Amino acid sequence: MIDPIFLAEAAINGLLLGGVLALLALGLNLIFGVIDIVWIAYVDLVMLAMYAVYFLVMVYGWPIWLAGLAAIGVGALLGIGVHVLIISPILGSAPVNQLLATGGLLFFLQSFATFLWTTDHRSVRLALPVLEVAGIFVSFARLIAFVIAILAMIGLYLFLTRTYIGTAIRAVAQDREAMALMGADPRRVYLVTSAVGGAMAGLAAALLSIQYSVHPYFGAAFGPITFMICVLGGLGNMVGAFVASFIMSEIISIGGVTWSTEMGYVIAFALFIVMMFVRPGGILTKRE
Amino acid sequence: MLELKNITAGYGHFTALWDVQLRVARGEAVAVVGPNGAGKTTLMRVISGLIPSRAGELVFEGESLAGRPAHDIVAHGIAHVPEGRRIFPALTVGDNLRMGAFLPAARQAFPESSARVYDLFPALAERQRQRAGSLSGGEQQMLAIGRALMSRPKLILLDEPSMGLAPVMVLRLFDLIRRIREEGYTILVVEQNVRQVLKLVDRAYLLEVGRIKMEGRAHELAEQDFVRKAYVGL
Ligand SMILES: Nc1ncnc2c1ncn2[C@@H]1O[C@H](COP(=O)(O)OP(=O)(O)O)[C@@H](O)[C@H]1O
Ligand SMILES: [Mg+2]
Repeated sequence: MIDPIFLAEAAINGLLLGGVLALLALGLNLIFGVIDIVWIAYVDLVMLAMYAVYFLVMVYGWPIWLAGLAAIGVGALLGIGVHVLIISPILGSAPVNQLLATGGLLFFLQSFATFLWTTDHRSVRLALPVLEVAGIFVSFARLIAFVIAILAMIGLYLFLTRTYIGTAIRAVAQDREAMALMGADPRRVYLVTSAVGGAMAGLAAALLSIQYSVHPYFGAAFGPITFMICVLGGLGNMVGAFVASFIMSEIISIGGVTWSTEMGYVIAFALFIVMMFVRPGGILTKRE
Repeated sequence: MLELKNITAGYGHFTALWDVQLRVARGEAVAVVGPNGAGKTTLMRVISGLIPSRAGELVFEGESLAGRPAHDIVAHGIAHVPEGRRIFPALTVGDNLRMGAFLPAARQAFPESSARVYDLFPALAERQRQRAGSLSGGEQQMLAIGRALMSRPKLILLDEPSMGLAPVMVLRLFDLIRRIREEGYTILVVEQNVRQVLKLVDRAYLLEVGRIKMEGRAHELAEQDFVRKAYVGL
C-alpha cells in the first residue's frame, strides 16, 4: 500500500503539471479551431523558445522574468513565421500534405537545434525552494508555473470573449466563410491567431524552463501528450482540452508514484485509445 | 446598380452557370427562381465573391468586382445572407450583430445600426444575450438578415430566406423583407416559394440548369403557364 501522503503529493503535482499542459493544449487547439491545421511542430516551437530563455539568462544574464517575457515575444514571432512560411502556402491543399509539412517542420527543427546546440541538456539552474506543507513537498517552480498558466488562460478567455478581435476569432472557428461575408479577411485572422498561439507556446516555454532542462528533443517529451489532450477534449474544443489536461496529468502523476513514470504514460495512452472508441468526438460530447 | 455579363462559373470540371446575364437597378427588388440544383446559390456566391467566376463581367456601381475576395466585395456595399442562414451558433445574438459590423465604417455606426435592426426585429432585442444557436429557425433567419444589414449595404443578396420555416413564419418573413425594401435597400432574392416571392419583387429571372431561361416583370412571369405549372403549383 502506498503512503497516502505520497498520493496526495502526486495529486498536487499532477494538478500543477496540468496547468502547463492545458496552456500548451489550448494554444494548439486555438490554432486548429481557427485554421483547421494541426501544428505537429507546436511543442518544438516551445523548445526553440526555451533555448531563447536559456541563452538570455545564462549567457546574457537577463533576469528570468524578463527572459520569460521575451520568450512570449519570440513565440509570437515563431508563430507568425510558421504561418507565413509554411501554413499559408498549403492552406488549400489536402490534409495529408498539411500534416507532412508541419511534421517535416518538426524534424527540421529537431535537427537544426541539434546542429546548433548539440544534444546537451541545458538548464537555467534557478535555486527555487521546495515548500513543505503537512509533510507534502511541493516545488515552488511548479507552483509558480501553475499560477501563471492559470492566469494566462483566464487572460485568453477574456481575450476571446470580451474583445472584438477575440470574438471574431471564435466566429471564424465556427464559420470561416460567413465571417468573410462580414468583411473579415481570413488571412488576417489567421495571422493574429498564429501570433496568439505562438505567444502561448512562448509563455509555456518560460514556465517549463524553470522546471526542466531543454534539449533538441524536448518536443518529443511533451508533444504526444499535448495532441492526446486535444483529441481527448475534442479537437478545437477549448473547455474539453482544459478538462482533459488535468485528467491526463493526474493519471501520469498518480500512475507515476503508484507504479512507475512509464506506467503512468502507458495508462494515459491506454485511456486515450479506449476513449477514442467510446467518445470519438471528445469527452464533453454527448453520446448519440 | 449591379450587372452580370456572360458570367460562367463552376466547381472543378463541372460548370454550374453558363453565360448568365442579370441586372439589378437601384431600389429594385429582383428574384431568381428555378428548381433545385439550377445554380441559384452558385450565382449568389459568385456575386459575393465566395467563388470566382471563370469568365464574364461583374460590375457594381460602375466598378468591376470580378475576382475580388468576399471580404472586399462586402466593403463595396453588397451583403450576402447565405443559404442555411450560417449564423455563428455559439456566439450571442448581440455578438453576431457585432460581427456583422466588422468593416471599420460599419463598426463606427454600430449603435445606430443595431438600434435599427432591433427595431426591425424586436424578437432579437429580447434575446441579445442568448446564444444564437438556441433561437428558432425564423429568429435565426432574422438574425442572419439583421447581421447582413449591420454592414450598411446598398444591395442585399438573400438566398432562400424561407427555407425550412413554418408557413406562418414564411408570411412574416416576407413582410419583413417588404419592410426592408421600403427602407430603400436594393434586393436580389433567391426563392423556392415562387408564388410568394413574385408578389414581393419587381422583376424575376428563371434559372434552369445553369442558364437564364426567362426574365420579366414579376406579374407577367406569374401569368406564364409554364411557370405556373412548374413552380407555383396552381
Ligand atoms: N461545392 C460544390 N461542388 C461541386 N458541385 C457543386 C457544389 N455546390 C453546388 N454544386 C453543383 O452545382 C449545381 C448548382 O448548385 P446550386 O447553385 O447549389 O443550386 P441551387 O441553389 O439552385 O439549388 C448543382 O448541380 C450542384 O450539384
Ligand atoms: Mg441553393
